Amino acid sequence: MPPQIHISKVNKVFSTDGREVVALEDINLDVSPGEFICLLGPSGCGKSTLLNAIAGFSPPTAGTVIVDGSAVRAPGPDRGMVFQEYALFPWMTVEKNIAFGLEIKKQPKVRIKEKVGELLEMLRLQDFRDRYPKDLSGGMRQRVAIARVLALDSPILLMDEPFGALDSLTRRNLQDELLRIWMEFRKTVVFVTHSIEESIYLADRIVVMTYRPGTIKKIVSVAMPRPRDPSSVEFNDLKKELALLVMEEQTRHNQQEIRMPAAD
Amino acid sequence: MKNILARLYASLQGLLVPVILLAIWQYLSAHAIVNPQILPAPTAVIAKWWEYLLPTEAFDPSRSGYLAWLLSGEMIRDAYASMYRVVVGFLVGTALALPLGLLMGANDRVYRLFNPLIQILRPIPPIAFIPLSILWFGLGNPPAIFLIVIGAFFPVLMNTIAGVRHVDGIYIRAARSLGASQTTLFLRVMLPAATPYILTGARIGIGTAFIVVIVAEMIAVNNGLGYRILEAREFFWSDKIIAGMFTIGLLGLAIDSGMNRLNNHLLKWHRGIENN
Repeated sequence: MPPQIHISKVNKVFSTDGREVVALEDINLDVSPGEFICLLGPSGCGKSTLLNAIAGFSPPTAGTVIVDGSAVRAPGPDRGMVFQEYALFPWMTVEKNIAFGLEIKKQPKVRIKEKVGELLEMLRLQDFRDRYPKDLSGGMRQRVAIARVLALDSPILLMDEPFGALDSLTRRNLQDELLRIWMEFRKTVVFVTHSIEESIYLADRIVVMTYRPGTIKKIVSVAMPRPRDPSSVEFNDLKKELALLVMEEQTRHNQQEIRMPAAD
Repeated sequence: MKNILARLYASLQGLLVPVILLAIWQYLSAHAIVNPQILPAPTAVIAKWWEYLLPTEAFDPSRSGYLAWLLSGEMIRDAYASMYRVVVGFLVGTALALPLGLLMGANDRVYRLFNPLIQILRPIPPIAFIPLSILWFGLGNPPAIFLIVIGAFFPVLMNTIAGVRHVDGIYIRAARSLGASQTTLFLRVMLPAATPYILTGARIGIGTAFIVVIVAEMIAVNNGLGYRILEAREFFWSDKIIAGMFTIGLLGLAIDSGMNRLNNHLLKWHRGIENN
């Protein structure tokens, strides 16, 4: 089966104030259809940069990102994006937010209504249909954001620390819901996180990234069957292994911060 | 019950200062401490205001309907004339400022093209355009409306530019990843995201328009509230001047609370909105 996302020799260099920061260096990664991938690393390791390159927001300086056989040039509805800051449109009700992508596609009104109804039900948002985002909790907002990209029926879901701002209970809740949706629709998911536990709980493969330059340090496959038990021995062994890898990068991050403060 | 009493108390409190001032004013006039020609008593002002409000002629069913007769008072006609100018001028000013502001906010090239000119024209008070407006448009409604257009134009323009420039990038990224075209992005994301700013601009703009209309009427037109209080000065009708000012104040208040309602209605999605 050809990879759904093919990332080859990707480099990304940012220049700020005449100084160059290598955010990504020689990234090679293939993601198969229906695979759940987590990008894991400390902040500043380039995991969001890589996600943005796949999303088409910020093209790589060198190398190629190929999605479904064609090179990524711009953002598009074939790659639904979920942001940590939810990015719901505050002037639209929950229903309108979810319908937005379908309206852009000029789908017939009846079809939109039906689809939005299904998604509201799937994410248990029926009672909030006519509310504005300001009236919702963080968890609810992220459900709406997920419903909004699911409405597009895109084969790929890109998620940039989507549950990072949520409390741990809501977080677990949404993780379970995401897995349920993922299993039902078999979407390809690329999920950015700095939480080791979250990556083990969710991913088929965990891509551990290094801090500046951002490279792939190691790719760890998680074979445990779902639902995974975070208190199991296997889970915790993997957690220790990953913690060592991530800590090395975190230490490098800290040292560099001391050497050149305010690098970001 | 307690709540009602508290609210009653609060509104009574608000009346305290005006009532005291009116009492002092009434006392000064009643005891002829100030010349009533200079400062007429509040009661005289209220009587004049009432007279100014009421129709001048007796009701004659053969000539007009009751409502038309009721609204035939001088004040009503003046207020209507002033409001007409404010509304037309404001609408024309906004219709010009809004598209230009949206373009300037969204497109750097357009911004660079127009910004220097706007920075030069903006500090000129609309009042300073009076001589030119009379030269260009003569007397009557056209010069007055021209001045009001200028008065409303700049606040709406500046706020629209700021509103579009301050649209959070995350909304644009979200919309683009949902497949929005440039037009959709502009109409359904940038425009609504900028509405809080645009409405602030509109509120300032209509306030300016209201100031300008009074001045314009004093100079270029021979009706309207501004004309009426200047005319009253020529006859030394100080009670009518104050009655006219009072009407101007009421009208200004009505405009502002109307804008406020529109604001609350259009921005009911907005966080941290004042619900007064």
